[in-house]
Amino acid sequence: MVDIAQVIEDTAVQLLKIAATKLPSEVKATLLKGEEETEGSLGKSQMHAINENVKLAEIHSKPMCQDTGLVSFFVKIGDKFPLRSEVKTALIKATKKATPDIPLRPNAVDMFKGNTKNNVGLRGYVPWFYIDLVEGDNLEIIAMPKGGGSSNVGKMKMVPPGKGIKGVKEFVVEATAAAGPLACPPYTVGVGVGGGEDMCMNLAKKALLRPLYQYHEDEKIAELEKELVKTLNKLEIGAMGLGEGPSVLDVHMEFAARHPASLPVGVVISCWALRHAGATVDKEGNVEWHPH
Amino acid sequence: MEHYLTTPISPEDLVTIKIGDIVYITGTIITARDEAHLEALNLHKEGKKPPVDFQGNGLFHCGPVMKKNEQGEWTVVAAGPTTSARMEIFQDEFIKVFHPGIIIGKGGMGERTTKACQEEKCIYGYFTGGAALLAADRITKVIDVFWFEELGMPECLWVYEVENFGPLTITIDIHGGNLTEESKKNIAKNKDIILQEL
Repeated sequence: MVDIAQVIEDTAVQLLKIAATKLPSEVKATLLKGEEETEGSLGKSQMHAINENVKLAEIHSKPMCQDTGLVSFFVKIGDKFPLRSEVKTALIKATKKATPDIPLRPNAVDMFKGNTKNNVGLRGYVPWFYIDLVEGDNLEIIAMPKGGGSSNVGKMKMVPPGKGIKGVKEFVVEATAAAGPLACPPYTVGVGVGGGEDMCMNLAKKALLRPLYQYHEDEKIAELEKELVKTLNKLEIGAMGLGEGPSVLDVHMEFAARHPASLPVGVVISCWALRHAGATVDKEGNVEWHPH
Repeated sequence: MEHYLTTPISPEDLVTIKIGDIVYITGTIITARDEAHLEALNLHKEGKKPPVDFQGNGLFHCGPVMKKNEQGEWTVVAAGPTTSARMEIFQDEFIKVFHPGIIIGKGGMGERTTKACQEEKCIYGYFTGGAALLAADRITKVIDVFWFEELGMPECLWVYEVENFGPLTITIDIHGGNLTEESKKNIAKNKDIILQEL
């Protein structure tokens, strides 16, 4: 009999390792293209260092960045999947195990008791879970560690609804300009529109999981995404903020319905190291790794 | 232009270095982030000294991933720079009290640090953000660690011996230059144009 909780734990440790050590293939390709197209020695040398570092991480199976992030899991639990709350328990165990094994930097700090040294918070909130209930008998897990530098430039604004889409665009431009050189550009920008003040941030983060260049299925939103990529690159932030090379690799947006009186916009920015990895576990405990 | 510096760095070593130049460091660099800056400055206020001397050495804004090997010795796994802007609130005071020769970080620092660098003769250089394995490759030895229990792995003081640590792109020199601020002004100008055209 397969111990499914153990399968989930082992799978999650592996996902945290893949996310920390290996960029999704389209992100790697985009960074290489970025280096090739960068004019100016300052920007080119920054892009070159990024790409060399990405290569080293993959060859030696080591974390590409010392900031291995605050851990979150996006989880979809199928109706017929045998486990429920044990999924959370297994993912927390996986986070603890992955910390010395990979190793990950201990990044969970309690405000009163200090660093917990295992990436798990003392008050039940870290790692953070985004849980969705879906049809079927599978469990989908996506691990997403996010660095502090790029989290620090995340922003939310309640835009006056009268400003409409133009107000959304303005805020995305302002938020990305404010990030400037701070958060290891070139960036990928996630935008969440609608819902409430919390939901727009969740949606913005979720938008970062969509592969680069895979635009929204709603053509109007896809057009907006492509327009914003062009617009944001006109800011000339450049690699590491030195004004040369790409500023933004891609922009992804998710929309929810909004309250008539509200137009919440969330902007979540990823550094060049857009890290996530996923797998699906079926009810027998077979694991299918998502393309990476 | 490229420069090769050995610690302890003297003010004379820094005279010909200008923003946009590339620097490589050989010698001692010490990691310190938010908590370690605060702790060191608090000790100074109490008339005490931190356990390591920053004078002429490299101050590295970094919270590394470290691992003990089978012999129980610390080894560096990944050690890229952290966002320096967080240290802007006390970096000028730190420079005046402890006199590091060079600060290594990423993302740039502001006016207060630029002024202190000019007055006290210190420079600031970017190591490519996130390039943690390239940085770890240039660290030849872990000399010491302080405040590990109190502050934890990312925030404590790691003392490293480095060889040709770089390339570091100098964005603050001792002549009052600040390359990141120039870039930020350009970004602000572009933002205004974009917002008008939306």
